[in-house]
Amino acid sequence: MNAVGNTNAPIYGVAAEFQCARDLYHAAEKIRDAGFEKWDVFSPFPIHGMDEAMGLKRSILGKLVFLGGLTGFLTAITMEFGTSSFLYPLIVAGKPTNLFTVPAFFPVMFELTILLSAFTAVFGMLILNGLPRLNHQLFNWDRFKKVTEDKFFVAIEARDQKFSTRSVSDFLESLGATNITTIHGD
Amino acid sequence: MSNASANIDHSNNLSEDEKQLVRPPLVLNQREMGWISNYISSIVEGKTPTWWYVSMAITVPMTIMCVALLGYLISTGVGVWGNNHPIGWAWDITNFVFWIGIGHAGTLISAILFLTRQKWRTSINRAAEAMTLFAVVCAGIYPALHVGRVWMAWFLAPVPNANAIWQNFRSPLLWDVFAVSTYFTVSVLFWYTGLIPDLATLRDRCTTKVRKFIYGVLALGWRGGNRQWRHYEMAYLVLAGLSTPLVLSVHSIVSFDFATSVIPGWHTTIFPPYFVAGAIFGGFAMVLTIMIPACAIYKPLHDLVTTNHVDKMCKVILLTGSIVGYAYLMELFMAWYSANPFERDAFWYRAFGPYWWAYWSMMFCNVISPQFFWFKFFRTNLVWVWIIVQFPNMGMWFERFVIIATTLARDFTPSAWGMFHPTWVDICTFIGTFGLFTTLFLLFIRFLPMVCMFEVKSVLPEADPHYGEDHH
Repeated sequence: MNAVGNTNAPIYGVAAEFQCARDLYHAAEKIRDAGFEKWDVFSPFPIHGMDEAMGLKRSILGKLVFLGGLTGFLTAITMEFGTSSFLYPLIVAGKPTNLFTVPAFFPVMFELTILLSAFTAVFGMLILNGLPRLNHQLFNWDRFKKVTEDKFFVAIEARDQKFSTRSVSDFLESLGATNITTIHGD
Repeated sequence: MSNASANIDHSNNLSEDEKQLVRPPLVLNQREMGWISNYISSIVEGKTPTWWYVSMAITVPMTIMCVALLGYLISTGVGVWGNNHPIGWAWDITNFVFWIGIGHAGTLISAILFLTRQKWRTSINRAAEAMTLFAVVCAGIYPALHVGRVWMAWFLAPVPNANAIWQNFRSPLLWDVFAVSTYFTVSVLFWYTGLIPDLATLRDRCTTKVRKFIYGVLALGWRGGNRQWRHYEMAYLVLAGLSTPLVLSVHSIVSFDFATSVIPGWHTTIFPPYFVAGAIFGGFAMVLTIMIPACAIYKPLHDLVTTNHVDKMCKVILLTGSIVGYAYLMELFMAWYSANPFERDAFWYRAFGPYWWAYWSMMFCNVISPQFFWFKFFRTNLVWVWIIVQFPNMGMWFERFVIIATTLARDFTPSAWGMFHPTWVDICTFIGTFGLFTTLFLLFIRFLPMVCMFEVKSVLPEADPHYGEDHH
């Protein structure tokens, strides 16, 4: 079996290659059923149904975005009524300056809700994914560069309770994987 | 029965009726994933073509002219434009609405077609989103410079100041500030999020250290793990869901600038939907205007941006153009039906006053010209399509000019009537914004993947995890 990275450094895990989305999908189902936890599949595009095949739950990002949107909404309310009703009461078109003249304030509330939701969606996604992170043990493996082109990979990490280099590589081989490789750190 | 996408490969075994039900493939010539990465990346990685230098040699001086004239305006004053009293909004707001409208097609393609699961969008969304950003950049110039003393533009932001004055949040002009700045920010986020996996592709193909560093940093360390895709897809879905109401709100709010006033010709409730339809109409015309030449230069792109794509975009233009035509007629009807003499006069003046040429150009370009797209011949012949979409491009500019200039030229009292004549600064600045737009687009084509590679791969038949299996 091949090994990449600095062989004196701790092992990150064992990775292997598949040739198509279908094979990767069925391999993921079997790895899930074998009870592994610290593992991932890598593909050039998101594969439909892979979350179920891996036994992953729905991303919590949607809930975070709700909180972000709520923050934007409350910010707008505070900013608009704080300034227009209290700090600098401004009578426009004979309308009162109290809190009940909502319709004219609505567009800014809407826009700030969208703005902070979008920020939460993008930066929340990056944080949940542990990005930006410019280096990673998997990048030590040259073949892994093909993951952004047309190849599919599986990596089972050494920190998984069921991990042993031997058994994992035998298991991956039984799933039809090729180029099974031990990935070391730097 | 195997699934629909796999059917394409076995179409020889199907009966005639079944063949009609098979959807045309999204990518022609059975291109493989590797081909898509190779071809799209090669546009960025290859030697800079001569046509690119020639184009830049034209557009960069135009951009410089635009910037120089803006400098002239800032140093001298808004008087260098032809704006006068009563026509204080003249060409600058016309051009602002024109450019911001063009931007709307990008968001429509990337967000609304995503939510409605129109898979054909994957080939064109990246370029359309880029077009959105560049159009909004051009749009933003105008209101920012139109405030006159540009160094006071920060008064638009709600920050404490020495005068203890705060903004009027009931003003549509302030709504506009929030709408347009939110729109630009969210469009940048949406575009960049879509770029991350493709930047990773470029990073992994790099041969030189400098490129590897630049694309490596921009790709943020993307690895394509499903644990990443899971959050990524959710983020993309959420952004699409947010952008959809956002894009509708932006042009609605732009139309509020007019509709909330009491000027005859502006004070109508039809404005928001009419503006949004017009924006999509003009935006799709601009997408086709730049995509057809791009595909003519990079011929293999025809496998990704097929006649089928062009056909669908033409149908959108036909639909939105007809909505716009309906709105024009409804405006005329309401002017008559309201029995309001000022309203009747405003529309009579538009059609038969000294600006009749603008009104009838608008009518011809926006209402008559898209009707050619009822015929499949015109929708599928790229040369005809390119010629026909130039009319909406022009017509949408005339529309905004008609709405702004003719309305302001003639309000209630004859003492407040006037005419607008653009100065050479008006004209050259506007031409310059086309240079800026095209320059930015040329830079985009040269340095970033013009087609969203990972999304196109995901609509290939073999991307289906059950491809070739017989259990559907």
